[in-house]
Amino acid sequence: MTTRRFWVFIEQVEGNVHPVSWELLGVARDLASQVAAEAEEKGDAVVVEAVLLGDKVEAIAQEALGYGADRVYLIDDPVVAYYRNCPYYKGIAAVAEKYAPEVFLIGATILGRDLAGAVATALHTGLTADCTGLEMGEVRGVKHKLLLATRPAFGGNIMATIVCRQHTPQMSSVRPRVFPMPEYDPAAEGEIIREPLGVTEAGALTCILEFLHHQEKSVDIEYADVIVAGGRGLETPENFQLIQQLADVLGGVVGASRPCIDAGWIDSAQQVGQSGKTVRPKLYIAAGISGALQHKVGMQNSDFIIAINSDPQAPIFEVADVGIVGDLFQVIPAMIAQIEAYQQEAAT
Amino acid sequence: MFHALVAIKQVPDTTNIRIDPETGNLVREGVPAIMNPYDAHALAEAVKWKRKLGGKVTVVSMGPPSFITTIREAIELGADRGILLSDRKFAGADTLATSYVLAAAIEVIHKEEPISLLFFGKQAIDGDTAQVGPGVAVRLELPILTYATKIRAVDLENGFVTVERHTEHWVEVVETPMPTMLTCEKEIAEIPFAPLPDLIRSLRYDPEIWTMSAGPLEFDKQQVGVLGSPTIVFKMGTPPLPEPGEKFNTREVGVEKAVKLALDKAAAAGVLQAVLGGAQ
Ligand SMILES: Cc1cc2nc3c(=O)[nH]c(=O)nc-3n(C[C@H](O)[C@H](O)[C@H](O)COP(=O)(O)OP(=O)(O)OC[C@H]3O[C@@H](n4cnc5c(N)ncnc54)[C@H](O)[C@@H]3O)c2cc1C
Ligand SMILES: Nc1ncnc2c1ncn2[C@@H]1O[C@H](COP(=O)(O)O)[C@@H](O)[C@H]1O
Repeated sequence: MTTRRFWVFIEQVEGNVHPVSWELLGVARDLASQVAAEAEEKGDAVVVEAVLLGDKVEAIAQEALGYGADRVYLIDDPVVAYYRNCPYYKGIAAVAEKYAPEVFLIGATILGRDLAGAVATALHTGLTADCTGLEMGEVRGVKHKLLLATRPAFGGNIMATIVCRQHTPQMSSVRPRVFPMPEYDPAAEGEIIREPLGVTEAGALTCILEFLHHQEKSVDIEYADVIVAGGRGLETPENFQLIQQLADVLGGVVGASRPCIDAGWIDSAQQVGQSGKTVRPKLYIAAGISGALQHKVGMQNSDFIIAINSDPQAPIFEVADVGIVGDLFQVIPAMIAQIEAYQQEAAT
Repeated sequence: MFHALVAIKQVPDTTNIRIDPETGNLVREGVPAIMNPYDAHALAEAVKWKRKLGGKVTVVSMGPPSFITTIREAIELGADRGILLSDRKFAGADTLATSYVLAAAIEVIHKEEPISLLFFGKQAIDGDTAQVGPGVAVRLELPILTYATKIRAVDLENGFVTVERHTEHWVEVVETPMPTMLTCEKEIAEIPFAPLPDLIRSLRYDPEIWTMSAGPLEFDKQQVGVLGSPTIVFKMGTPPLPEPGEKFNTREVGVEKAVKLALDKAAAAGVLQAVLGGAQ
């Protein structure tokens, strides 16, 4: 009997966990269930396990159990109080060598992508970057199911599914917000296993001298419930005020298509799409955005999409739950007024 | 001496890539090949420090012979030496195999002339993987600073570099011993106009070409190209489209009515209540 281990890296910074870590525990559980039948036949066990590094982060390990990990490998060491490539990848590679996971998922965040490439090389295995789809499937010539990792290729014009046939772990970095957040079960039980880091401060190779802009918060569109996004149809940066007003009445934030970022109309943190953020708000309103594939891949998982565009053929309507064909400079003020009226009605 | 190594890749200009709607295949004809933009900015920064400190910039690239044009472009931008790692056996490499070839070559270059800093792009725009830099750094056991936006200081005497790199939360000022690898954001440097002598030199420049065995090293055939790549493309396709929703045209029903009908749909789906509940 062997144990098939599905691993997830838990990303934390100053004790705050990046939610993609929990999303990945959800997917890992799902992937594990996809091999349950074949594992049972062979008498193999299937488990979902988390890897967590940090300084005094045991509470987070506990939380990982609540999001679905059967077991957490915890490296608690002051050397990894803050993320640095070298101690992190060496610590993780050592644990991975010890337990031999079959699949290893890491969030495709800035930190995660820095880490994933190093871990995969250290373990001499394959890594698929920035995935937007994961499934366990049959591959000809291989006796057990493999991870089929799908990602946009060639500027998002095509989706490629990548497999890693003979090496383990099969690694993927996965986009935040592509997969839903799993339920949290405060009563969940599991094991927390402490592992040594094996790297001293001298072996860390880099030294962080200071943090700049530590307290500044840019607009967080990734986890917003409502996003009103503007595109080139806005024509000028000033017109983003109209978008902001609509976002304000809805309690949302402002997003944008890439040309608006390239033209310097708005901050790059607010870009939605392939080379920006993937979002899945409860409500996404796209105004003056044509709906190029690279934009759609970043927002099509939103719960509800309203598109406003003067061109009835605009591809954005293909993913919209409801579309308004018309001039956004007329439509948005009308929408603001009607929502305000709706709110007043609801309040009385 | 300051010796910078820059890894450059030639990529199709993805802003011009199209899919044939009939066949679903990629239309490559007429798509210009360019130097990966992040690599161009990384190179500009390397050249800037060379001009400041004296020294040398070597560029290295793995790819088919057509990559020579990109190496010439690098000479034009101020690189001194260009090496193309080119062999049929290198083709089909994934990021693990690519990092092997680059790392093996860089090790040899470093033995000839010790490298102070390695400049990579943040990512290559054809694959957007951002994996090759970290891969090479691990193989060479070098410290790596990804998402570098600024080099504050290069201290050749004590062998340290101070760099600003951005993360999701802040900008870090980091100090590391050299040699160090940086993977660079575009902000790291503007791309300058090429001075005339560099331009002229680039026209006549022939890069060194290192193959599996013709060159100062022998590559391990198990680790290059398809053989050395753990990942393979299993299938390709265009993403399926969901059922589109209803559209209301302001020309047909008027602005007020179109907005009302749309908001009614949102209300019927429970969306409006859900989000406005949060807004109050
Ligand atoms: C590698 C790569 C990565 C990319 N990544 C991204 C990405 O992450 N995000 C992204 O958004 N794009 C990305 N792009 C760019 C993408 O291909 C499109 O060019 C871009 O999304 C178009 O932006 P847009 O819809 O705002 O502009 P346009 O395509 O110019 O569309 C403007 C729209 O506004 C409408 N309009 C004009 N005036 C009005 C009006 N008064 N009222 C209503 N409608 C009006 C027009 O009908 C049109 O549909 C990427 C491209 C590449 C090659
Ligand atoms: N074939 C190659 N030749 C030279 N450098 C490369 C090659 N592939 C990738 N690189 C370098 O690695 C960086 C990241 O590439 P990637 O991991 O493919 O996104 C690029 O910006 C280049 O600096």
